[in-house]
Parts: sequence; C-alpha cells; structure tokens
Amino acid sequence: MPQVPGLVKGLGVTLRTMFKPAVTVQYPHEKETPTPRARGVIALKEENCTVCMLCARECPDWCIYIEGHKYLAPPRREGGSPRQKNALDRFDIDYSLCMYCGICVEVCPFDALFWSPEFEYSEFRLADLLHDKERLGEWMLTVPDHEAYEAGSEQKVKKIPR
Amino acid sequence: MTSALLAIDLAYWQVTTIKVVIVVSFIPLSALILGYVFLMKMMSHMQSRLGPMEAGPHGVLQLVADGVKFIQKEDIFPDKADRLVFGLAPLVVVLSTFLLFVVVPAGPDLFVENLDVGIFFALAVSSVSVIGVLMAGWASANKYSLMGGLRAAGQLIAYELPLVLAVVGVVIQAGTLSLQGIVIAQAEGSIFGFDFFGNPFILTQFVGFAVFLIAVQAELTQTPFDMPVAESEIVGGYQVEYTGFRFLFFFIGEFGTAFAFAAIAATLFLGGWWLPGMDPDSNALNVIGPLVLFAKVMIVSFFIFWFRFTFPRFREDQLQKFAWTVLIPISLLNIAVTGVLKVAF
Repeated sequence: MPQVPGLVKGLGVTLRTMFKPAVTVQYPHEKETPTPRARGVIALKEENCTVCMLCARECPDWCIYIEGHKYLAPPRREGGSPRQKNALDRFDIDYSLCMYCGICVEVCPFDALFWSPEFEYSEFRLADLLHDKERLGEWMLTVPDHEAYEAGSEQKVKKIPR
Repeated sequence: MTSALLAIDLAYWQVTTIKVVIVVSFIPLSALILGYVFLMKMMSHMQSRLGPMEAGPHGVLQLVADGVKFIQKEDIFPDKADRLVFGLAPLVVVLSTFLLFVVVPAGPDLFVENLDVGIFFALAVSSVSVIGVLMAGWASANKYSLMGGLRAAGQLIAYELPLVLAVVGVVIQAGTLSLQGIVIAQAEGSIFGFDFFGNPFILTQFVGFAVFLIAVQAELTQTPFDMPVAESEIVGGYQVEYTGFRFLFFFIGEFGTAFAFAAIAATLFLGGWWLPGMDPDSNALNVIGPLVLFAKVMIVSFFIFWFRFTFPRFREDQLQKFAWTVLIPISLLNIAVTGVLKVAF
C-alpha cells in the first residue's frame, strides 16, 4: 500500500486548512483594499489628449468612442501662421464592453489614460456604464502615484498629471 | 416523564402513524443538517472560504432557500422518457432511505422497529436505492443517464459485499443481528475487566470499521467513488434529466442515506445511543440516547465527508479492482480471525 502515506498527508492538508481562517472578504460588509496597480477603471486626463485615436483603434472590444474636430489656434509669435490643433468633443468608454486589457493605457503616447484601482461603479442599467469624458476625468483624482523605482535608478519617477 | 409517556397505550394504527410521521419528517431534517454542517460549511473552510453567509446567521437557512427554489421549478419530463418509471425513481431512492431509518435505535425503548434481523434488514433495504438509480438511468432516455445508472449499479453491487462482510465480524462478536442487541452487547462488554467504556467494537473490529466506512463511502457515491455522477465524465449521471423537486428527492435521499449509514456505523462500532458510565437499561438514556447517537453520527459523518472533500475520483476499473481484490479479501480474513478468536476465548 504505497499510496497510504500520501492519502494521510492529503487528509492532513484539508484538516489544517479547515482550522485556518478563511481568506474570503465579506465584500458588501467589509471592503477589500485593492493593490495600487489594480485595474479598476480607466481615467482620462482630457488636456493631454490629442485625439490621435490610437487607443480607439487598438481597443480589442472597440469600446472607446472618440469624436473631435480641428481648429486654428492663434500663432505663437507675432506674424506667424495660425496653428492647427485638435479639440476633443467626445471621449466615451463603454465599461459594459471593456475587458480591462489596458492596451489603451499602454498605447497612449501623450499620457492621457491611466489605471485607477477604483471598482465600485456598477449600475442598474447597462447603458449607464458608458462613462463620458467628464466621468472619466473624475477618475483622475483616484489615480495613485507611480511607485518608486528600485534604489540607485537614475530615472526619475513620472508624475501623474492631476 | 418518559415512563408516563411509555405508559400511554395506543392502537396499532396510531403508533404506526406517529412513527411514520417522525421518520418522514426526520429524513429531510437529517439531510439539511448534514448538507449545511458538512457540505456547505466544512467543505468551504477546507477550501479556505466561508460558504453561504447571508441566508440566516452564517447561512443556516441557505439549504431551506435552495429547497424552496427547487420546489418552485418546473417539473420537466424528457420527451422520450418512460414517464411512470422516471417519476417513480426518486421516490424509490427516498423509500430506501426511509426504510433504513426504521431500524436504527435511539434509546433503550426509543426505536421505530426493533427487528431481530436488524442489521440484515438495514443492509438489504439499502440496496433498494440501486433499483431507483437504475430506474432513473434507464427511464431518462439519455445516454449519460444510462451510463451513470449502470456505473452506479456496478459500484453499489461491488461494494455491497464488503459492507455486509465487514458487519459479519461485529455480528459474530455480539452474537446477535439486532441493532439493539449489538448496542447492549457493547455496553455490557469490558476491556480486560475494565468496563466503564464498555467494549465499543471499533477497538476489536477496527479493520471491519475501516472496511465498513470505505464501503459506505462507495454506497453513498461520495467523492472518491462518485463515478455514477461524475460531472466531468458523464455530466451528472442518472440525475442529468431531473429538475425541481425530483432532483431535491435525490439530494435528500443521498444525504439522508449518509445520515442513516453514519447512524448504523455509530451503532455497530461506537456503541450507538449508549453513553459510557450509564446503565444501558436506565430510563434517562431514552432522553440522552438520541443526543449521544447524534453526536456519534456527526463524528462518523465528519470522517465520511472529510474523505469526500479530500480525495480525487477513482477510475472506474480501479474502483472495481479495489473492491474485489482488496476490500473483500480483507473483510473475509477479518471474519475468519474474529470467528477463531470468538471460539478461542
């Protein structure tokens, strides 16, 4: 009976686990603090967005809706030609489609999108999960600072534009 | 007070009605107790989680809520099912549980029926559930159900044998088949002249106890032996097509039988309703006896469910091999040794 010691060991594991406290967090009654880098919700820094559409194009679920228009800003110096700029009219993320892959955050070249660990934004109506740019801008306040690099690094820690 | 109660003379039909009502109401209750304490709470904690917590304090009412849900569900018959057999099958399974409860004594005068052939009757009626399972498997008109039913039949017949043979050792030692007699024999026995604990047969019949527990595990189709309902192989075996209260009947049958077998194991090997240090004829045991028996049942069921939540499933051929080449020879040897020692001493 070579299997018997293994069987007894298995019984020991389950018995010991039974007397250890459970890892379950009783969510609505007690709140679990997510880790700072948790993928809870995507925040938008509107001023940094140049309407380049990279995030909308990379999104596997096509859940980002962007609309913008071009306008001519006054020249920087006297006598110069007016500059062409992009204005953001609409920036919506549909969280009923989003799969939290974070490609939009990765791909954004101008630091306009950030992860926030907030997760309590469920709704009774599916349509209410479409966050517009004002709502996405509010999430900016919850974005935690980047963690420090390891000791001795020359690189400075990037700041979150708030 | 008990003597006053016992003095009341009732007609046969009145006594029978009371007995039937008590047993019928106790079967779902026992299923609820085992289901809550072990299936929900113990399994959860063994997996480092809490289990149901919302329905009632610590989720005690969860199974009641589940039961209400099951009753509300539509009673579906598959198109090609044999309607009569399909509908009867869960009842046959529960009937076998009902008959098992009949013979288990809970006190010196507290029993539904004290049969002379007690344990023989119990093991015989426990096999009736095989018929129910086969009926369910056949009548569902579903290949998974049929395979599950056949697996169940093969398994239950294979493990019936070690179950009976393990009990024979106890019967030889006690000298009686009656469960009441076996309890008295344990209460009046002594260990080398020291008789405070009596002589619970787990000490002298430990091999029989181990074989009995393993065979019970298989009889109940609990996990290391749950091929008949293996959800990853044959979806849910003979239960596939059952919904609503018919499925509930299977659930009650499974857990009620677990309770009944735990009670039989407690009676055979742990001294049943007898509390060490008490006179087995004393009237107080009519009151304490059920509690003592219940405590012992919980201990035995703890082991049954502990094995269930720990071990993975056997393969079908390993299962048959284990019964025929390991358990049956061991229990036959146990009978031979017990017989020799019985004659020698």
